[in-house]
Amino acid sequence: MPLTPAITDLEQLKDRPALARLLAWNASAVTAARFDRNELTIFIDRPLIRAVVAQLRDDPELRFNFLADITCVDWYPSEPRFEVVYELLSMSRKERLRLKVRLASEELKLESVTAVWPAANYFEREVFDLFGVQFEGHPDLRRIMMPDNWEGHPLRKDYPVEGYR
Amino acid sequence: MADLTPPLVLEPGAQDRTMTLNMGPQHPSTHGVLRLLLEIDGENIVRMMPDIGYLHTGIEKTFEAKFYQQCVVLTDRMDYLCPLTNNLAYCLAVEKLLGLEIPPKAQWMRVMLNELTRINSHLVWLGSHALDIGAMSVFLYCFREREDVLRLFEMVSGQRMMTSYFRIGGLALEPPVGFFERVRKFVGTFSSKVDEYESLLTHNPIWMGRLKGVGHITAEDALALGATGPTARASGVDWDLRRDQPYSGYENFKFNVPVSNVGDVYARYLIRVQEMRESNAITRQALDGMPEGPIKADAPKVVLPDREKMKTQMEALIYHFKIVTEGFTVPAGEVYQAVESPRGEMGYYIVSDGTPKPYRVHMRSPSFANLQALPKMCEGQLIADVVAAIGSIDIVLGDVDR
Repeated sequence: MPLTPAITDLEQLKDRPALARLLAWNASAVTAARFDRNELTIFIDRPLIRAVVAQLRDDPELRFNFLADITCVDWYPSEPRFEVVYELLSMSRKERLRLKVRLASEELKLESVTAVWPAANYFEREVFDLFGVQFEGHPDLRRIMMPDNWEGHPLRKDYPVEGYR
Repeated sequence: MADLTPPLVLEPGAQDRTMTLNMGPQHPSTHGVLRLLLEIDGENIVRMMPDIGYLHTGIEKTFEAKFYQQCVVLTDRMDYLCPLTNNLAYCLAVEKLLGLEIPPKAQWMRVMLNELTRINSHLVWLGSHALDIGAMSVFLYCFREREDVLRLFEMVSGQRMMTSYFRIGGLALEPPVGFFERVRKFVGTFSSKVDEYESLLTHNPIWMGRLKGVGHITAEDALALGATGPTARASGVDWDLRRDQPYSGYENFKFNVPVSNVGDVYARYLIRVQEMRESNAITRQALDGMPEGPIKADAPKVVLPDREKMKTQMEALIYHFKIVTEGFTVPAGEVYQAVESPRGEMGYYIVSDGTPKPYRVHMRSPSFANLQALPKMCEGQLIADVVAAIGSIDIVLGDVDR
């Protein structure tokens, strides 16, 4: 299966049900989309992430009923620096979808999705612990892997691999 | 890892009635170093808070400093009960990034060894779970067969546990002479061994009394809390990645996915025992239909050449030198590849920036997500049932903490 170039044009991706339904629901929520290696990624406007995941879960034609994962990518030193990544799965339609929210380093916070998916609890705590992203409305936002008195966020790109000595 | 002071109780004024009990991190039933803060009212659990991070090694950070092919050996170290499943998930993700086509023999070998890994992992689970409940002898029976599986791994890869046998683009080595006969011998006798375990446990009144109706969770809760694998299937979530999103040639195999609607610890026990039988059947199918052909993809810039070629052909020597010293570049992009590990959905999210080292690797580990379901299973139950519930989600702390 040789690689084909990624499709980033919203017009060409309109036939994808997840994207089409989201655009029909609220076109301003989608800032960009990308289809690469058979995987669809939709970039979501930061303030709308909780509403979007709730919509994707409850939409009868989409039914993304499972949150597989939340993680983060640090694009230091470029801005917006962080991308929070959500992996959704629709078991009835056997389809995966990736959502991304871009965060600038001066405003490292977004709304928690724990109210929609309790599973997000640990995932968001992990992102908070290792990247320092704040999730507003999270019931218990504490460090999960590192000790509570740890300084810094180890998975950031400006954090040395061997740690601070 | 939280500090040692217990957090405030949920209900104000409840302090008079309840007390906080610390369980672990060093406790024989926690299968590693899991610490549980239990708020108890007499023997009843009011609230449970798992505290993890004791085995955190920063493995995701380490990935970013290694070449793609060097990372394979790191994947073994996370979930030490199913190293080959981790190898497979990682290799499939990188192969998807590269757009590599894997020859059929390598795919079938991968499936076969994955199912043996599942048997291996479930045997450790069954043995230690029974030990937690108080049935000592099952442990000895299970480890007898596990030893056979480990010898198979040793034969094929030279290692009993940290196998690293799957490589990007195929397998590390041709399976040795006599390997398939050994696997066939194991497969032929294994189902009678499962009968033996079942005769010890399934209708044992003590076993049933300790497990039935304990640690109950509904399908809705299991899904909402991120549980996958046998934990979710025992609650009625009919979802198995091998069947529903096949990878590595699983679409060529016929097998059943055991599902139960009961949702207690006993149901999870039955599901896993059934899965061992199904894995045995898949291994047999893989043996019977094993295709002939190469075990590595035709991609000289990615796959190390054979030893023989390397010593006789200059191009092969150059490629070997270049892969070992400077790695191979992977086109920029990102993938998420999930496989069905013995514990649930094992996913690798890899971001490439076009260099020989991964920009970001994240593991969606099933134990980490399944652990979130544990408090839901235990609240309102007795302390002794916590031990049964921990065993039933088949937790591996190396996989939780990474």
